[in-house]
Amino acid sequence: MSTENEEKYEKYYVPEQSPWPIVGAIGLFLLAFGGANFIQNSTGKYAPAATDGFSFQVMFSEWGWFVFALGLAIMIYMMWSWWKDTIQESMGGLYSAQMDRSFRQGMLWFISSEVMFFVAFFGALFYTRVLVMPWLAGEGNNAMTHALLYPDFMSHWPMTMLPTDKFEGAREAMGAAGLPAINTAILLTSSWTLTIAHHALKDGNRSALLNYTAITALLGIIFLGLQVWEYIHAYNALGLTLGSGIYGSTFFMLTGFHGLHVTIGTIYLIVLTVRIASGHFTAENHFAYEAGAWYWHFVDVVWLFLFIFVYVL
Amino acid sequence: MADHHPTGLKRWLFTTNHKDIGSMYLWFSFVMFIIGGAMAMVIRAELYQPGLQFVDPNFFNSMTTMHGLIMVFGAVMPSMVGLANWLIPMQIGAPDMALPRMNNWSFWILPFAFTLLLSSLFMDGGAPNFGWTFYAPLSTTYGPPSTDFFILGVHMMGISSIMGAINVIVTVFNMRAPGMTLMKMPLFVWTWVITAFLLIMVMPVLAGAVTMMLTDRHFGTSFFDAAGGGDPVLFQHIFWFFGHPEVYIMILPAFGVASEIIPAFARKKLFGYSSMVYATASIALLSFVVWAHHMFTVGMPVAGELFFMIATMLIAVPTGVKVFNWVATMWQGSMTFETPMLFAIAFVILFTIGGFSGVMLAMAPVDFQYHDTYFVVAHFHYVLFPGAIFGTTAAVYYWLPKWTGKMYNEKLGKLHFWLSMIFVNLTFFPMHFSGLAGMPRRIPDYNMMFADFNQLASIGAFGLGLTQILFLAILIKTIWGKAEKSSDKPWDGATGLEWEQLPCPAPYHTFDTPPKVS
Repeated sequence: MSTENEEKYEKYYVPEQSPWPIVGAIGLFLLAFGGANFIQNSTGKYAPAATDGFSFQVMFSEWGWFVFALGLAIMIYMMWSWWKDTIQESMGGLYSAQMDRSFRQGMLWFISSEVMFFVAFFGALFYTRVLVMPWLAGEGNNAMTHALLYPDFMSHWPMTMLPTDKFEGAREAMGAAGLPAINTAILLTSSWTLTIAHHALKDGNRSALLNYTAITALLGIIFLGLQVWEYIHAYNALGLTLGSGIYGSTFFMLTGFHGLHVTIGTIYLIVLTVRIASGHFTAENHFAYEAGAWYWHFVDVVWLFLFIFVYVL
Repeated sequence: MADHHPTGLKRWLFTTNHKDIGSMYLWFSFVMFIIGGAMAMVIRAELYQPGLQFVDPNFFNSMTTMHGLIMVFGAVMPSMVGLANWLIPMQIGAPDMALPRMNNWSFWILPFAFTLLLSSLFMDGGAPNFGWTFYAPLSTTYGPPSTDFFILGVHMMGISSIMGAINVIVTVFNMRAPGMTLMKMPLFVWTWVITAFLLIMVMPVLAGAVTMMLTDRHFGTSFFDAAGGGDPVLFQHIFWFFGHPEVYIMILPAFGVASEIIPAFARKKLFGYSSMVYATASIALLSFVVWAHHMFTVGMPVAGELFFMIATMLIAVPTGVKVFNWVATMWQGSMTFETPMLFAIAFVILFTIGGFSGVMLAMAPVDFQYHDTYFVVAHFHYVLFPGAIFGTTAAVYYWLPKWTGKMYNEKLGKLHFWLSMIFVNLTFFPMHFSGLAGMPRRIPDYNMMFADFNQLASIGAFGLGLTQILFLAILIKTIWGKAEKSSDKPWDGATGLEWEQLPCPAPYHTFDTPPKVS
């Protein structure tokens, strides 16, 4: 309002208009609509049956994969363009210190929401292990249910023997030694290399920054490779699948969603590496770098909980 | 920038302006309110008398399910986000929301998410029919094919809500004008920042729940199937861990609205400002540890029943603080009763009735009798309709002059209020009685003995539905028709930056440079 205030405070950059949000909304819709059709069509469950005449539902079901892929392509294009605009504006000096704080706080709250997503799955793991399993084995006031429905079931984790034979249990559980332990070491090392890179950025040591960021991305790729190997081992050698009762469900959903997040984090690190090589980021202005580092540390901490509660205990 | 005012379709599609986005949210929620309301009319028409009259039971179940989902996620939540968009930047002296592009994305996801959800009405097997709480195994093993579309629709709504919440919380923590300390913020801003925190904490848990449903349905997992070592009750725990904070997400912003309007028309400062802030925060924190009171009858250990019973009743304490503060604000005030104030006072009284029936339901042994009866329906409709929706309505009447520069017709506003007030009670009060007498929820047919109460409720519902058309007419007349121009400060008791430092209507861009806050 007053001119005195105008001089005292820098202006907050409110972007004029942007086509990317609406493009993103359309992309998300195609992803969801195509995804539901694609899933129904590929698993065959609940898929609309073919009829003699023309049916929109059958057509959508058969073309679900295409709509899904189109949505994915639009989403990738949207993210690329949106972030390109943001990077150009940032490097053009449009952003103030206050804007930088908005981004930082936004990222922290976003990571908080991600934590809560994992909490849901950890909650499912704890609830089934600590409460449901003993109840199915007759604990509490469940003696009659146990005797009538699941007489042979015994409470034991990892649950390889299931209450009924509707699902096939794993032949063997996944141990903690070997691949999972190596993966833990890899992720811990990657957090360390990323911290070195971060310090190098603040000290203006560009070559160390580039090298250690690249090493971190590489460690992410190695982790993912080993995780794929472990999954193949689980399916082939251990008979441990997504359908192996609650043990298989929690094992694959928790490690799977973690793996998805490592994939996103690794792509992020690769983008950072490329941007560093192109001379982006300064010791003072590097929000995108720090956000990526936070994300990577978050993924790392989730893994530590996974290692303890899914593999060791 | 101050003069730049984009026009045409692009203005709405590409906008980064919090006022445009706020308007779109509010109109979207009104459209959803009408659609969800039409479904309620179908339900009440079917229940007008015992026996099956108009719809088959499966479609009836789809109607109760879709009515709940649309009202919760499509009408109430977006209306609150719309108010937040319009008001928070003006109330804290910010030029816009902190992340304006993401703000636009949050909004535009919603029409697509609800297109996805509503498209399920036209699918083989019908729309989701398992209630808005989508308990497993009704939604997993026995859910219709459209359930998968519902699941991904919920994912989209969740993404939208989380981004909207991040925007609010960052705006409040980072964009306040110098001098606008936390304890000087208007209560609407306070209640919304706490709501945003709840959203960020629980929407991802809902995403987890629907993801488990999807994998249980299609990929062989057994989260909610005891045959594989899972448990259908696990679904209820996860759902209500989201669901209970969710009900506070819907009501807290309405608390904030009442805390703005009542002081303005009582011409007194809000009584107990800081206790209001702490009470709101306490309600939010307690909401994380009470979820299983929705599940007293599923067979929980007694220790669990006791814990959740006592924790739930504790919530009555901070809620009581708020109600007493509103009453104390009115005490010895120079009150006038314009439409926003009428809605706000009705909010306080009727919300309190809903709160009392909530305390009754919180008592585990008593809940065994009430569970899944119309008593529950009466309870949550009392906190939602005269609670959340009266709150929003009051806010719309109160800030409409600020948004449009024009004054609504006071006579019509009062008519809208009195008709709503009478019909809302006619609709929902009899449900207490039919519920206590044992009438179950979500059943299209019922025993003859409930006929009178149901007939009253149906008549009330039709009246209530028609009355909201009057609301639409008032809005159209005010915004686009002939309406009196509003002065810059039409309510002489109103306080806050938006009334003290901005004209009516507020210009397209406000507070490009931060205002002085005394």
